[in-house]
Amino acid sequence: MAKVELRNISKVYEGGVKAVENANIVVEDKEFVVFVGPSGCGKSTTLRMVAGLEDISSGELYIDGDLVNDVPPKDRNIAMVFQNYALYPHMSVYENMAFGLKIRKVDKAEIDRRVREAARILDIEGLLDRKPKALSGGQRQRVAVGRAIVRNPKVFLFDEPLSNLDAKLRVQMRAEIIELHDRLQATMIYVTHDQVEAMTMGDRIVVMRDGFVQQIGSPLYLYNSPVNKFVAGFIGSPPMNFLSVKVLEEGGKLVIDEGSFRLHPDDAHVGFLKAYVGKEVVFGIRPEDIPVAEGGKGQRIPAKVTVVEPLGAEIHLYASTPTQSMVARTSPQHHWRTNDKVEFAPLMEKARYFDRETELSIIPVAEEKKS
Amino acid sequence: MNGNKAAKPGAPGRWIARAAPALAAPILALAALWAGFALIKEGWIAGGLAAAFAAVWGVAGAALLFFVANWSVERLGPKVRARALPFVFVGPAILVMAWYLAAPTARTLFLSFFDASSRGFAGLDNYAYVFTDRTMRIAFLNNLAWLVFGTGFSVLSGLVIAIMADRSRFERAAKSLVFLPMAISFVGAGVIWRFVYAYRPEGDAQVGLLNALVTAAGGSPVNWIVERPWNTLFLIVIFVWLQTGFAMVVLSAAIKGVPAELLEAARIDGASELRVVRSVLIPSILPSIVTVATTTLLLTLKVFDIVYAMTNGLYGTEVLASQQYKQMFKFLHYGRGSAIAIVILVAVTPMIWYNLRQFNKREAFS
Repeated sequence: MAKVELRNISKVYEGGVKAVENANIVVEDKEFVVFVGPSGCGKSTTLRMVAGLEDISSGELYIDGDLVNDVPPKDRNIAMVFQNYALYPHMSVYENMAFGLKIRKVDKAEIDRRVREAARILDIEGLLDRKPKALSGGQRQRVAVGRAIVRNPKVFLFDEPLSNLDAKLRVQMRAEIIELHDRLQATMIYVTHDQVEAMTMGDRIVVMRDGFVQQIGSPLYLYNSPVNKFVAGFIGSPPMNFLSVKVLEEGGKLVIDEGSFRLHPDDAHVGFLKAYVGKEVVFGIRPEDIPVAEGGKGQRIPAKVTVVEPLGAEIHLYASTPTQSMVARTSPQHHWRTNDKVEFAPLMEKARYFDRETELSIIPVAEEKKS
Repeated sequence: MNGNKAAKPGAPGRWIARAAPALAAPILALAALWAGFALIKEGWIAGGLAAAFAAVWGVAGAALLFFVANWSVERLGPKVRARALPFVFVGPAILVMAWYLAAPTARTLFLSFFDASSRGFAGLDNYAYVFTDRTMRIAFLNNLAWLVFGTGFSVLSGLVIAIMADRSRFERAAKSLVFLPMAISFVGAGVIWRFVYAYRPEGDAQVGLLNALVTAAGGSPVNWIVERPWNTLFLIVIFVWLQTGFAMVVLSAAIKGVPAELLEAARIDGASELRVVRSVLIPSILPSIVTVATTTLLLTLKVFDIVYAMTNGLYGTEVLASQQYKQMFKFLHYGRGSAIAIVILVAVTPMIWYNLRQFNKREAFS
């Protein structure tokens, strides 16, 4: 097991296309780290550089303290699970799992012991004689994982391993991979475009966009303290609402003006917003932080219901002001209809503010405490 | 069934009323077609007019035949129709196949049991000749060399070039160059390679490429296509030069079809590049390799043109097909010629059968 360290890693393709720029990531020993971001953000390229399948254009990569920039994949002692499984079609499940050990000239009895052990863990003992062709997607996935764990590698790499599975199986495999991580106590790097997977699986998450690392942290830290608008919008489902508002000063008090409503920012935020008086900023608030107002007093956001998504345990209520729209997470008691009038009571202390140009958080984000 | 019939008295009569025109129509159509053919054959229409008439008559006749046959079958009622319809579509093709392929084959088999002039029955004499004659034995051995080395080298070099080209920056250029000879006929290649192998006595100017090199290096010129047993190998080189392109193109396409992740997975599993090729790439394209090999095997079994153009079977380079040609058209021994043809046919049959099976499984060229 090992620590993986990326120092100023960049990847520039022939023709000058920059896939990854200046990535600094430290994956601690036995940690489960998820690289997440939209397609084309460089997360897979970064993983493939760790695997040795892509050359590193600049920067340094350390695995277990050794500089491995020029070490070919076969000598890095890593294992990788691919999106399409990449099982050897002409080999049985047993042979697929034994292949890496056979190459390393591991003793036959030892190979057999390890393959059967992995098969037992993954519950595929009955499939050992089958060819990949005769397996279902979920079974292939298990074999691909099995092929990785028999090798007992320093680092496990997963490249969107669940994206070819149906939704139900994906949830199940997600849990199994987490369980596997706890059991093997191995360093794992997992790439996905699905923020739900990232949130549920990762000890820490690396959010990437356009080749740049945006923010690194634990799921809840990223959720509560996004460093910019992109991270705020990418983590969480339904995503954070972004409303364009103008900062005004009225009678010594700070106000944000949406056009159809005005709100007073939380006292803790006022100091940072002062610099933006007279300017437009992005007001961000999560769907669960705009509960529907049930009478009473306080700040209100008036809106009109546009779409109702009843999910059973909760309702996603899409509503809009004359110019902008938002979504709220509400309790399923009320029967909403399109065009109903609704008032939200925003929890202003949970609000985030972002600069319109740089998209950076106007409220400084505290460093995550090391656990 | 019986109850059904009883319920419809007079059914047989009605069936005949329906079937009679259905059967008569195709006969009439055939007769009309034949009449047109007779017109030309008897010379009633002459010159360019005959050609134009034949073209129109042929195309229209085929269409007429199809429509009439289809119409007839449609009239025969649902049960008969379902059974007969396939024959309307495939029947003509089968008939043509039978006429052009099956009949000549049967006739060749028949002739192979007769003497030189096809008059006296010769039993198995011709086959005894085929398997005992000295020249025939040389032909068999040479053909075996063609089969093993011709196929082996073509497929092997095609595979190696395909694998290397796949990893090269100059893939297109390299593949185009290797593929180029495919466009040349075997006889054309023979002419080209005669220059490569050309021999002049020592002291004369060597016009042949190989001998020019040999003498430039200080050696004495070699008469490449006369030196036994190497001359057969030199002929095989020509075949390999021509066929490598084919093997390369098919195998290259197959290699492109192997997912990159498969090879990457093997590399991460710890395999060296050679091991990746041996343990993952080649097994993945095995169906294509087998198809290329059997197709090339077929060509080597019936190789004729190269031998005919280069040596005409002299200097011990005889192969089965060149022997067949000589027996048939030089010595006018139809019995022996036919017997050799049958032997070649039997030899290629398993290959054809295998290839067809692969095609049906849709695994070929995958």
